[in-house]
Amino acid sequence: MGFKMQPMTVPEPAPGKDQLFTPEIRAEIDRWIAKYPAEWKQSALMAALVAVQDADTDNNPGWLSQKDLDDVAHYLDLPPIAVYEVATFYSMYELKPVGRHKICVCTNVSCMACGSDEIVSHLEGKLGIKLGQTTEDGHYTLKEVECLGACGGAPMFQIGKQYYENLTPDRVDEILDGLE
Amino acid sequence: MANEVCLRTLDHDQPWSLEAYRAVGGYEVLKRVLQEKTAPDDIIAEVKKSNLRGRGGAGFPTGVKWGFINRSAPGDRYLVCNSDEGEPGTFKDRDILRYNPHQLIEGMIIAAYTIGAARGYNYIRGEFQEPYERFEAALEEARKEGFLGEDILGSGFDFQLHAHLGAGAYICGEETALLESIEGKKGQPRFKPPFPALFGLYGRPTIINNTESLASIPVILEKGGDWFKDLGVENSGGTKVFSISGNINNPGVFEIPMGTPFKDLLQMAGGMKDGRPIKAVIPGGSSAPVIPGAQMMELTMDYDAIQQAGSMLGSGAVIVLDDTNCMVRVLERMSYFYYEESCGQCTPCREGTGWLYRIVHRIEQGKGRQEDLELLDDITGKIAGRTICALGDAAAGPVQGMLKHFRDEFQYHIDRKRCLVSAGG
Ligand SMILES: Cc1cc2nc3c(=O)[nH]c(=O)nc-3n(C[C@H](O)[C@H](O)[C@H](O)COP(=O)(O)O)c2cc1C
Ligand code: FES
Repeated sequence: MGFKMQPMTVPEPAPGKDQLFTPEIRAEIDRWIAKYPAEWKQSALMAALVAVQDADTDNNPGWLSQKDLDDVAHYLDLPPIAVYEVATFYSMYELKPVGRHKICVCTNVSCMACGSDEIVSHLEGKLGIKLGQTTEDGHYTLKEVECLGACGGAPMFQIGKQYYENLTPDRVDEILDGLE
Repeated sequence: MANEVCLRTLDHDQPWSLEAYRAVGGYEVLKRVLQEKTAPDDIIAEVKKSNLRGRGGAGFPTGVKWGFINRSAPGDRYLVCNSDEGEPGTFKDRDILRYNPHQLIEGMIIAAYTIGAARGYNYIRGEFQEPYERFEAALEEARKEGFLGEDILGSGFDFQLHAHLGAGAYICGEETALLESIEGKKGQPRFKPPFPALFGLYGRPTIINNTESLASIPVILEKGGDWFKDLGVENSGGTKVFSISGNINNPGVFEIPMGTPFKDLLQMAGGMKDGRPIKAVIPGGSSAPVIPGAQMMELTMDYDAIQQAGSMLGSGAVIVLDDTNCMVRVLERMSYFYYEESCGQCTPCREGTGWLYRIVHRIEQGKGRQEDLELLDDITGKIAGRTICALGDAAAGPVQGMLKHFRDEFQYHIDRKRCLVSAGG
């Protein structure tokens, strides 16, 4: 980084930004851009990736395609490499298709001590997939994650944006049955 | 004597609301400071007097840190709050955000006034949707009341405060990685010095503090530095929000005075589950070396006591393990975490965390070799202290602690190719 501190940016902003995404996503990204100093649009990159990942652009809800990444770069006047670096660094960005419901199971120490092994094997048995896989019908992805800061409710998992704590196999069944 | 500082709204209806915060005297300190135009140096002196030490893990005195800012230098300054809360075992900032977001906001406005920052960010970990929403709602209320924005309460002081969401990376809890992340980059720590107080966010002087540190400020200024200091013990002022989890009946968050005996905390947390014996305690988040249960039962919860026992209070995350846990398996899981989360910038950490994990993994699998224990000692010594940030030390500490106190379990795994715990030993 050195002692120079300048945002990454392309020499020539490309036109046609109003063709990208949807008006709602553009408004969401603009809302984030407004939080940072004017020259630091790069600061809105993380939130822009979330907005695009969550939305159904390109028919790919829940993950980011190459085109999504390039569009984000275009929208924020960033060189594509600045976007790829960030998209590959953080664990919440998905760069491959994921199921409609992404189940992120914590297996870190507090959850492990409270029975996350049993939760994982119950999920694997019920869904017929291993950690890191997606069911063939595209409904569920199982993902192992690190401590989600909810160890008081161990064992726990996150589905979408929601935390579920104090899990038991029965409770897991109930939760999954309640998803569409 | 619980929940007197950061969680003081907890027994109110909707503790996160402006109304609940007002009911405990919220925003009165801010009004007084702005009306009286309290000298920033007086605020810093009071915070120093309180003995408040950074609650993010490193325990650096907050007042001293604020004093590093040169207010007479021209240009922008920033205030940043660290709500990344990624240290395994820690879940207190989540509750401060969920149950008392206004107090954090008031603390941040006062801190910003003190250092002369016109803009601030609260970096909240990306998975924390509910805490983020509570924080955003509180921001909205605070803006409406004129506590944020331009010319706050007619004082001429401007402060804009925003949330920034992370996206899953433990390393972004490290303060300079966090700043890189706000700038929209990979979270790779910066070399220090220069420290953030000189060269921080966007290259500008920046103060960065943990959520709990900042949320403590309004109460310290309301009741005085001495009051806060006297709640705790020598070198550990005030109360601390402990997160306690593991094999206990009533895990959760407890805000109690520093220096409280561990056995009292364990009792508040309902005691050991099924009455099983306490085997080990990780007293300050997973980076803190483990302490055997019997020894822990004699300790008090403050910086000095835990340090003298060879560990650290860290973020105040207490993980309690009973005799059904295999320490080799526990260490294997922790080592996997550091291996996963190393940002890859420094060779000793990037390569060393992989070595540690693979060696502990093979011991766990019954494929360990006799020389592995010395190899682990050797590698940890070559990671700790040789990296840009403290993630390297955080990966080495747990290995050293486990080998010091539970070496026989590792030896058993190597000799018998199976687990001492499941073998009924
Ligand atoms: C690998 C690593 C992870 C860290 N994670 C956190 C964290 O999640 N939250 C936090 O407040 N501090 C964390 N810290 C400590 C911060 O670098 C920094 O010391 C702290 O935010 C300063 O605030 P304080 O003085 O109020 O504690 C971490 C440090 C390291 C080395
Ligand atoms: S260990 Fe699972 S949430 Fe912390």
